[in-house]
Amino acid sequence: MCKMEPFEKVYLYQRIVRAKLFIDQHFAEAIDLDNIADQAHFSKFHFIRLFKSIYGRTPNNYLIKVRIEKAKNLLTVGNSITDTSLSVGFDSPTSFAGLFKKVTGQTPSAFRKAQVERSTAIMANPLGFVPNCFAETHGWIK
Amino acid sequence: MITKITHTCVYVLNQDSAYDFYVNKLGFKVHTDAPMGPGARWLTVTPPEQPELEITLFLVAEGGMFDTETVASMTALIKKGTFGAAVFTCNDLIATYEEYKAKGVVFKKVPTKEFYGYEALFVDDSGNWFSLAQTNS
Repeated sequence: MCKMEPFEKVYLYQRIVRAKLFIDQHFAEAIDLDNIADQAHFSKFHFIRLFKSIYGRTPNNYLIKVRIEKAKNLLTVGNSITDTSLSVGFDSPTSFAGLFKKVTGQTPSAFRKAQVERSTAIMANPLGFVPNCFAETHGWIK
Repeated sequence: MITKITHTCVYVLNQDSAYDFYVNKLGFKVHTDAPMGPGARWLTVTPPEQPELEITLFLVAEGGMFDTETVASMTALIKKGTFGAAVFTCNDLIATYEEYKAKGVVFKKVPTKEFYGYEALFVDDSGNWFSLAQTNS
């Protein structure tokens, strides 16, 4: 947990939050974390330390997390592994697949298969995913 | 014997804008988004670190137990800010507050020191209010 006195250092928070939002928006690009530190007017060391104190991970680690989460969304709707890897900023499907498995414990193929199967099941029988009490409340079943 | 809670319910006035609020602004994950027929949708989201707790974004609309009078009453109460549905916690309240503010989330209470830590209050797109807390422990 950050030990800074929060209200006195809000301007520091704003700069770190802006950097985090920049990563959120530009994750698919070849982000230069040194450049982000410069834009936030921090030294690279100071930027990494502050970022980690707030978000619990380094900016590079956070970028990986964002890319993998976005990849999950793309795989869930059936995108290919190659297209997904390129869409989230990886140069190589192989390196993407390796990192995806390391982070999630599953290969991208296995993850996509499971998600597509789940989506198909939902479309075939949506009531199977709704607790009965809510289905009755809505009037979807008598 | 009850072991845990798996579903809770937030009444919303529009599921599309609720989706945008909870998923794109607050960063919640979509658990289930199922079309249930014309104008009907089962939509649940989960906090990022509680994938098994489904928050149902329950549309207030006529059908089932919601007759016209009930819909009108519920809509008025929600818009008035009657319902406070939950306390959310975060690791760093100031960073979370600044990020949510940047994304357009409306706060009714700025981060304030309380005996248990720090707390802010925000409202969702329908009018429901939530506590956002960073506790001392």
